[in-house]
Parts: sequence; structure tokens; C-alpha cells
Amino acid sequence: MGDLVINNLCQTFPRDDGTTLSAIDGLDLTVRDKEFVCVLGPSGCGKTTLLRMIAGLDAATSGEILLENERIAGPDPRIGIVFQEYSLFPWRTVIDNVAFGPEMKGMGKEERYRIADKYLDLVGLQQFAKSYPSELSGGMKQRVAVARALALDPVVLLMDEPFGALDAQTRNMLQHELLGIWEKTKKTILFITHSVDEAVFLADRIVVLTPRPGRVCESIGIDMARPRDRTSVEFAKFRRHVLDLINQPKCTLQ
Amino acid sequence: MEALIVSVRAAEWRAQPYMNQSRKDPRNRWLGALALILALILWYWYAVFIVQNSFLLPSPYDVLLAFISLVKKGILLTDITTSFVHFGIGLGMALLIGIPIGIAMGWSRKFDAFLDPVVELLRPIPPLAWIPFAIIWFGFTSLSAGFVIFIGAVFPILINTYSGFRSVPRIYVEAGKMLGCTRSADLIRFIAFPSALPSVAAGIRIATGVGWMCLVAAELFGVSNSGLGMNLWHYYDLHQMDVVVVYMILLGLIGLAIDMIFRYWIDRHFLKWRTGEVA
Repeated sequence: MGDLVINNLCQTFPRDDGTTLSAIDGLDLTVRDKEFVCVLGPSGCGKTTLLRMIAGLDAATSGEILLENERIAGPDPRIGIVFQEYSLFPWRTVIDNVAFGPEMKGMGKEERYRIADKYLDLVGLQQFAKSYPSELSGGMKQRVAVARALALDPVVLLMDEPFGALDAQTRNMLQHELLGIWEKTKKTILFITHSVDEAVFLADRIVVLTPRPGRVCESIGIDMARPRDRTSVEFAKFRRHVLDLINQPKCTLQ
Repeated sequence: MEALIVSVRAAEWRAQPYMNQSRKDPRNRWLGALALILALILWYWYAVFIVQNSFLLPSPYDVLLAFISLVKKGILLTDITTSFVHFGIGLGMALLIGIPIGIAMGWSRKFDAFLDPVVELLRPIPPLAWIPFAIIWFGFTSLSAGFVIFIGAVFPILINTYSGFRSVPRIYVEAGKMLGCTRSADLIRFIAFPSALPSVAAGIRIATGVGWMCLVAAELFGVSNSGLGMNLWHYYDLHQMDVVVVYMILLGLIGLAIDMIFRYWIDRHFLKWRTGEVA
């Protein structure tokens, strides 16, 4: 029901010299309801472009994106997003950031604070409700961003390398917490990363994109029980498998 | 010099200055007080022993006596009130007109392209050059003094509002859109305006300074029977230079007070989130 279906998606950008640059060319992808999919690919392969089109922030040149059989044409309340850059509104306190979506829906103060409280609790930051984003660490900011995206109770959560700017320790911790949140809220998650380790740790399925123009090269199910141990033999096997895949000619050549 | 530094835009990353400007060591305050006392002594010595002419350079003592006589006359409060009326009209109009136009030009590229030539042509005309038309249009009324102050104050507000809106980070607008804030009016109200507020506030601060400077000239041509600027000229005509100095000092102190109160108020109520950004 909550399937996200992408059919023959293309995106081209005009270049200064009059030619066009094809960022994504004929991409097909289906993300099943409640599935955790990681999109893996080198820098500049159109991962972010793909995510922005699913979010409805950029229009596709051709092709279609369907959520619950409805076409996405512009920002949609059923889709939440966590950006790579820190995107919290610095002029709002943490709780007012999380309550922003409900506020835009026209909810009263009491109701939206109740919702915001619930999601702040989920990411473990209730005691920072009255703080401003400038007072938080990078990891805390991204936790709040997750809570803010969830506050509208979206069907799909898009994440664009959300932990890319964090140190390794914080990163591992947040990956672990994200899985907990995913299990509790049962969202469909499309997570973009360039880290094989992160993808193997998180995903039900890893989708490897080709470099420009981006299309799906391989789709690998990570059939491993959670919680996953990064140092286990099984984890290493999956890592090697994914590394081999992304290095094979059909996934690296244009 | 702290008070002169108006930071325009909060960058994510800022190089730390070697001389940290935001923190003054309170133990060094006596240095400032010492300089004030030395300046006063120097002034007194120069006026009394070198110039020896209280018309050319009144001594601090002459000025103090003039101040006391003005207080006894009881005209200072009327002067301050009248000047505040002029200043209020000018600044109020500048806010009412400068902020909406700044928002429109900052938010819409079409509006920017449309109004930019007009603004850029009007902006370099000195506010005082408008005095003849102020008199023709508004007569010898408070409105015409207000108009001159308005001309001085409107452009800093307009330009800073504009640049504040122009530099709203795209990520905030997109985050807002994804959270259901999609109408232009809502994006301006909930995202762009709060994001641009530090810049708007800096513009208003500059405008209060420029507007206050225009006050003396705006009252020069006799729009009222009182006012700090008006009486400064009046006592100049009477050759009472000690009283002129009293008005000069009052203009300076009140200008400083306006700036301090404004900064305190805006920092406390609107810019709490931007710790240490407005110097």
C-alpha cells in the first residue's frame, strides 16, 4: 500500500554551452511499504537529484514517481525528509522546530506540543526542548531533524546522507538509534549514503546506482538479522559482496 | 569600537578573530572612564588657558551653567518631545515603506528587476537635498521634518531587508516546504522573515543613526518652535555657543541611548537564538 514506485525517471540539466547533462536516465525502483532501502553510489551519481525529485522539490524531465498509486507533483505531506546539511530553523527552539509541521497544518499549541514532545522523546532529546539549535551538537541537530520529519507522520522518510557530517562514533550511535525508530514507527525509509558500511548496517536492501547518468545497477537484499554486528564474519561477507558489486565494470562505467 | 560593528549575516562557519570583540574585560573599564576625564580636563585647559574666548570655545564649566539655565527654563523636555515626534514620523514611515518594499524585492526577482533602477537612482540623492520639496509639499510642519528623516532612514532599511531576504538559505525554504509551508505568504512569514531578521535589525539600527543625523538639518528650516535641532540653530543665531554645545551633547547622548535601547530590545526579544552575532 505504502509502496514507492519510480518508473523510467529521467533528469537532464541544461549546460552553459547549450548541451544538456543527463543526471538520471531511465531509473526504475520500487520501495516496498515499511522497507529500509539504502541507495549507494559515488559522489555525483545523481543520488541527491533522485531524492529531491521524490521529495517533489525538483520536477523530473520525464518519468513518474508514485506513492500509494498517486503521482508526486510537489512537496507532499506523506513524505518527510532529513537533509545532509543542518536544516533546523535556528530562530526556533527545538520543540518549535519539531512542532513546525503540525503548526502549518493548523494545529493548536497544546496539540502540536504534545506531538512534538512525543517525537522528541523518541529521539531522546526531551530535556533540550527549550534550547536553540545553535546550542546542540551535530548529532543532536540531526536527531531533532528526524523528529521534525516524523512529526507529520509521513509514509516515507527520505534521508540524504544525514549522518555524513558526523564523527564515526556519533554516526554509529545514530545509525543504531535510527533502526530503533524505524522499528517503532514502521516507516518506509529511503536512505542515501556513499558508505558501504552504513548501508550494510542499516538496509533491508541496497540499491547501487551507476555514475552519471544514474540508473539502478544492482539491487542486493541484506538478509541478515538485526542487530547487526559490524565486526562479524557475516557482516564482512556482505561488505565484500557489495564492494565487489560496486567495483564491477557495469556499475562504474558510463 | 564595539558599538560600531554591525554584523550583517550569520555564517555557519566564522573564523575566530584574534582580538575577541564580543567580550570586553570589565577590569579594563576604568581605562575608558580615564579617557573621558582626561578629555574633559584637556578641553577645560584648552578653553580657559589657550583660547580664552567662550564664544569660540566654551569651557565645560560654561556648558554646565548653560545646561542648568536651560533646565530652569524648562524647555529641554519640550525640545526632546518635539524632536522625537519628528524622528518618530520619519522612522515610522521608513519602516512602513522600507520593509515591505525590501521584502518584495528580496523575494521576487521580477519585482527586483522592476524597482531596482528607481531605488538605485533615488538612493544616492542626499536626504538634505529633499528639503526644498519637503517644504513645498508639507509646508512648515512636523511632517516635512519627518519627511527628510524618512528619506535618510528608508534606504538602509530597504537595502538590508532586501539583502536579508536574498540570503535566506535555500535549505530552510525547502525544509519549510517539506513540512507543509508552501504558500508564498507563509514562507515569507515563517521562514524568510525570521531568517532575515538579523539583517533587517541591522538595517533599522543604521537607519536610526542616519535618521537622527538628519534631525538637526530637518529642524533647521523652522518647522517648529522647539526641538533639539531647531534650538541648536536658534541659540547659534543668538551667539550663545555654550548652549549650542549643550544641544550637541544632548543630541549625541540621546542618539547613543536610542541605539543602546534598540539593540538591547531586539537582542532580547528577537535574536536570542543568535548568541553573540549582533555586536
